[in-house]
Amino acid sequence: MGRIMEHTRVAYGESLVEVGRANEDIVVLDADLSCSTMTSLFAREYPGRFFQMGISEADMMGTAAGLAASGKLPFVSTFAIFATGRAWEQVRNSIAYPNLSVRICPTHGGISVGEDGSSHQCLEDIALMRVIPNMSVLVPADAVETRSMVRYLAGDHPGPAYMRLGRPKVPVVLPDDYDYCFGKAFTLREGGDISLIACGQMAAIALDTADLLSLRGIGARVINMSTIKPIDAEAVREAARETAAIVTIEEHSIIGGLGSAVAEVVTEECPTRLIRIGIRDRFGTSGKPQELFQVHNLTPEAIDERIEKALGI
Amino acid sequence: MSDITVQEMKSHKPLSPSTGLYRTSRDEALLKEIALEVRRNVIRMTAAASSGHPGGSLSVTDILTALYVGEMKHKPQEPDWPDRDRFHLSKGHACPALYAILARTGYFPAEELLTLRKLNSRLQGHPDFRMTPGVDMSSGSLGQGLSIANGMALAGRLEGSRYRVYVVLGDGEVQEGQVWEAAMTSHHYALDNLCGFLDFNGLQIDGPVQKVKDITPLKEKWEAFGWHAIEIDGHSFGEIFSALDEARRTKGRPTMIIARTIKGKGVSFMENVVSFHGKAPTPEEARMALRELGEVDGLSLFGEEI
Repeated sequence: MGRIMEHTRVAYGESLVEVGRANEDIVVLDADLSCSTMTSLFAREYPGRFFQMGISEADMMGTAAGLAASGKLPFVSTFAIFATGRAWEQVRNSIAYPNLSVRICPTHGGISVGEDGSSHQCLEDIALMRVIPNMSVLVPADAVETRSMVRYLAGDHPGPAYMRLGRPKVPVVLPDDYDYCFGKAFTLREGGDISLIACGQMAAIALDTADLLSLRGIGARVINMSTIKPIDAEAVREAARETAAIVTIEEHSIIGGLGSAVAEVVTEECPTRLIRIGIRDRFGTSGKPQELFQVHNLTPEAIDERIEKALGI
Repeated sequence: MSDITVQEMKSHKPLSPSTGLYRTSRDEALLKEIALEVRRNVIRMTAAASSGHPGGSLSVTDILTALYVGEMKHKPQEPDWPDRDRFHLSKGHACPALYAILARTGYFPAEELLTLRKLNSRLQGHPDFRMTPGVDMSSGSLGQGLSIANGMALAGRLEGSRYRVYVVLGDGEVQEGQVWEAAMTSHHYALDNLCGFLDFNGLQIDGPVQKVKDITPLKEKWEAFGWHAIEIDGHSFGEIFSALDEARRTKGRPTMIIARTIKGKGVSFMENVVSFHGKAPTPEEARMALRELGEVDGLSLFGEEI
């Protein structure tokens, strides 16, 4: 499609270096994955403010909590499965309950992890973080949004935040001058028939799906819902009011993630037809990311087909 | 019993008017009297709440008294003073003792102690640092406190502050794997501004620690993890202070003070009785306990019967 491809995790590492220059309270912790999460860039630039924690994610979360309780602003990285699964209770009790400003920024969310297989493909992290009080949940669509989010999180956002990144390069879909606004969805494409609400790299897939839909004469609005919590309920209500159906698209279980968050708004405030596209309550498997998107029916073609069948349009 | 009179106790003015620093004292008679008061208040608080953890609060009382009265640099009227020594009660269930010593050293009125565990109280069932003045960090879920103390110690080093970090772990708590992850971290970063206490009272909820899951040998474990380890009697102020001094002199590595203690210490029918881990005394038991702890007026804290 001629889009620029970039790693969000590289954008993350580079942005950490940038925000770390201005704010000396920023510290970074990693659990033996700094060359994958790209916190190695920060480590190289500011070795005194980088803490290698070894393979001990629970300890890393607690250490970050202690640093935050003493006035530091920790960014904590590992893979999403370990940050949210292994260390969930540490995140809940040591970080979120005391409402400490810790930024939990793991990479390798979703099936696009690819060949490593199910043990490393985290499909539950948004659900696990969303349920914790005080926790904000952010999923950038691309490298541009990642940079903007890191700048935002380096500021005075109150309390803890979770920012989910992926492994592979993903298409840039946001304009260069894009400025992330916490809690606000961003409309990538206008359309009056149905609404596609996506997060992460699925925003690009949603745009491609909209292209397919337009071939059939269907105008699809594409919304990048990069703050999952607190969700932009007004954007959801507008979509429900102005279009005939909402389709959520995420690289996460359909249980507890973006689809659930949108469904909560829709069912309580603006009942409308809703289709959740995502991982359908199953584990992942090894394969190339593109193959896995096909297996899980997450390609634009598969989504287009699902919409056609489900909505009869 | 010490020979300090109640009048003398009340006239004890520990706050320095110029700096606000708590004037530490290692006067044994004073410490013993304050520890007795803490123990009495632990009994009153848990009895008033009809819940809580008196056993482990009584075992850790002398350690907390030594830290707050005779060791740490702190300002009770300025709980967030950046250069204060930090304290983290990793075995958060022993918070009645922590609240009692915080009240005694001036962080909040002692009257408030009887609100423990009640709705809208600042004194939560496990410590909440957003609510209680003087509590440096929330706790309650066992196994997480040493990591937090490491973070505080690292932050102090980054800040160039000379504050020290003290953390108290339970003995059963070291069955949690995170403690040993954290122990490696303290060693790896050579955190000599960190000093831990292990409240080794030998009992946990389901029975003797040795039967539930043996944690020994303790000293050798901590040493193998790169710590300086000291074994003491956790009810001897002399031994506690001598270990604290040794910890401060120990450079390049953290110190763990393994304190042999008695669960329920000070109350004959609670000592070494596992059921008093998480069971409050009945009003009758509380009255008996208070009599043993030198109280003649029953359950009252300030003349009012609870």
